[in-house]
Amino acid sequence: MSILINKDTKVITQGITGKTGQFHTEKCQEYANGKECFVAGVNPKKAGEKIFDIPIYASVKEAAAETGATVSVIYVPPAGAAAAIWEAVEADLDLAICITEGIPVRDMLEVRNKMKAKVAAGGKETLLLGPNCPGLITPDEIKIGIMPGHIHRKGRIGVVSRSGTLTYEAVAQLTEIGLGQSSAVGIGGDPINGLKHIDVMRMFNDDPDTDAVIMIGEIGGPDEAEAAQWCKANMKKPIVGFIAGVTAPAGKRMGHAGALISGGADTADAKLAIMEECGFTVTRNPSEMAKLLKAML
Amino acid sequence: MKIHEYQGKEILRKFGVTTPRGVPCFSVDEAVKAAETLGGKVWVVKAQIHAGGRGKGGGVKVAKSLDELKQYAGQILGMQLVTHQTGPEGQKVRRLLIEEGADIKKEYYVAALTDRATQKVAMMASSEGGMDIEEVAHSTPEKILKVFVDPATGLTDEQALYLSNGIGVPEGSTAQAVDTLKKLYTTYMETDASLAEINPLILEGNGTIKALDAKFNFDSNALYRHPEIVEYRDLDEEDADEIEASKFDLAYISLDGNIGCLVNGAGLAMATMDTIKLFGAEPANFLDVGGGATTEKVTEAFKIMLKNPKVKGILVNIFGGIMRCDTIATGVVTAAKEVHLSVPLVVRMKGTNEEIGKQILRDSGLPIIAADTMAEAAQKIVDAVK
Repeated sequence: MSILINKDTKVITQGITGKTGQFHTEKCQEYANGKECFVAGVNPKKAGEKIFDIPIYASVKEAAAETGATVSVIYVPPAGAAAAIWEAVEADLDLAICITEGIPVRDMLEVRNKMKAKVAAGGKETLLLGPNCPGLITPDEIKIGIMPGHIHRKGRIGVVSRSGTLTYEAVAQLTEIGLGQSSAVGIGGDPINGLKHIDVMRMFNDDPDTDAVIMIGEIGGPDEAEAAQWCKANMKKPIVGFIAGVTAPAGKRMGHAGALISGGADTADAKLAIMEECGFTVTRNPSEMAKLLKAML
Repeated sequence: MKIHEYQGKEILRKFGVTTPRGVPCFSVDEAVKAAETLGGKVWVVKAQIHAGGRGKGGGVKVAKSLDELKQYAGQILGMQLVTHQTGPEGQKVRRLLIEEGADIKKEYYVAALTDRATQKVAMMASSEGGMDIEEVAHSTPEKILKVFVDPATGLTDEQALYLSNGIGVPEGSTAQAVDTLKKLYTTYMETDASLAEINPLILEGNGTIKALDAKFNFDSNALYRHPEIVEYRDLDEEDADEIEASKFDLAYISLDGNIGCLVNGAGLAMATMDTIKLFGAEPANFLDVGGGATTEKVTEAFKIMLKNPKVKGILVNIFGGIMRCDTIATGVVTAAKEVHLSVPLVVRMKGTNEEIGKQILRDSGLPIIAADTMAEAAQKIVDAVK
């Protein structure tokens, strides 16, 4: 088992004909069951054509109807990416994974509120992973996104992180000491995103094939603290936690009004303290994440 | 992207918010002419720099005659203005705003920003205007009111009224306060701001509500659709090295330590800085070379790091995913040769083509120190600069 995706998942690629979309679609196809998983692409101008043997459709709705795909991955450039997410939501997919970096925050605000309104009105919920994320992988089954497949091994450890390269770091450490991964999930570094740490921790907690989790966060925002509080009350599996940015200067990326609204709880030190208080094994040495986890199993 | 107060007020006026009349000036002569044009007997001379806390640092003066105005303008223009946001070296004042005096009866605080937790726009207001709002939030958080706005509906009359009444705007001025709040929200959305703050928003003796200050920050992801805001950019207010780095698509922030670091990915870059600190030294910079680092980009990254005279050693930490380690190794060797690198260099590479990359470093003839883990790399560079 795994979370969100497995070898039977059928995926639509939005932005498949762009340079990034093509490059990564080929890599995803080559990984494990990829040839069976990536069943459709979307580009209204190239409908009816094929790329890497994948048929291209005019819309997500049509692609889903024709292929039975339930997940989409989005490489559409920033200006059109929020509209691409909305197209996946309107097609009632289960999950949309948005890799695109640099989407205007207002576009994400608008699409996230539209998504919530749709669910509140009784519509089907489409989960969103990202944007600005590496995607997710269930080793030896399916890889959706831009992570290097070869560093992963099938196993029973979950990994969740905002940062792409820090996810790879954790995965490589685990693989090196003989611990495989159930799923590794990059939730992305943007302020307004879809799945958060808390959502992914819930899924790992419910997944019978995940034994323990590495949760990695960064400075800024309330998400890690919120996840930690939830874990304290609900999580039945060991967690190793790391927060990047102990040495990051304050006020460099966000104005002080941003720090104000989160109540000053969004420094790395504050988050580490909350996670520790909630029963995580936290480390300030990111080279030790996997070693610490192994000691807890 | 940040802008000056006078530019922020231009934007507010465009959206219908009342501000004092004022004129931006670059010289004392211009300042005197501006005061004459504005008329009246009292003017405010305001230093225009991007940092806050200008009043406390001596960058804002009230002039009661043209002689005084001339004197203050002369003092403030060209001064190194030090505030809690500039650092000890301060920021040179190159522009002034000359404004008509205001009859301040009461000062409020209002702001709009994006709230990550609710994924809505937070509109905030406080009766404690004119003060450091972080201090208010810390000592009297109950004096800051917030409402969360769904972009589909916008700021409603009820929400604006709740804020206006909550901060004690008198009845006669309520309609204007509500209108100002709604216009501030519209300004925030229409300009793709990430912060729009008016501190203070004032109540004048005659009941008029006016924006006495304006602070904006804009979402850099959205600047492509706002050429009118990009025009406001003032490069004098930005770090020269950070500007240089951005030309090569490198994210660079200079810090106070002596270990330069070059990393791919923002999270890994922060983790590398943290590891350097853990082993007893301080990072000299944050530098994310991004996903597609070329030899040219790595060379520029080295040049920018080495411009900082405090740098006594460099740590390169690359997780080669899509980017291959051999590409990075070639880039590092080329860069080290081109800049005649004279400080110790530790390289830690992981991922695709790791062994080929390490071989390239060994064959380079350069005294590059290799490391397998982030911790080992940090230990080695800290030892090397001792």
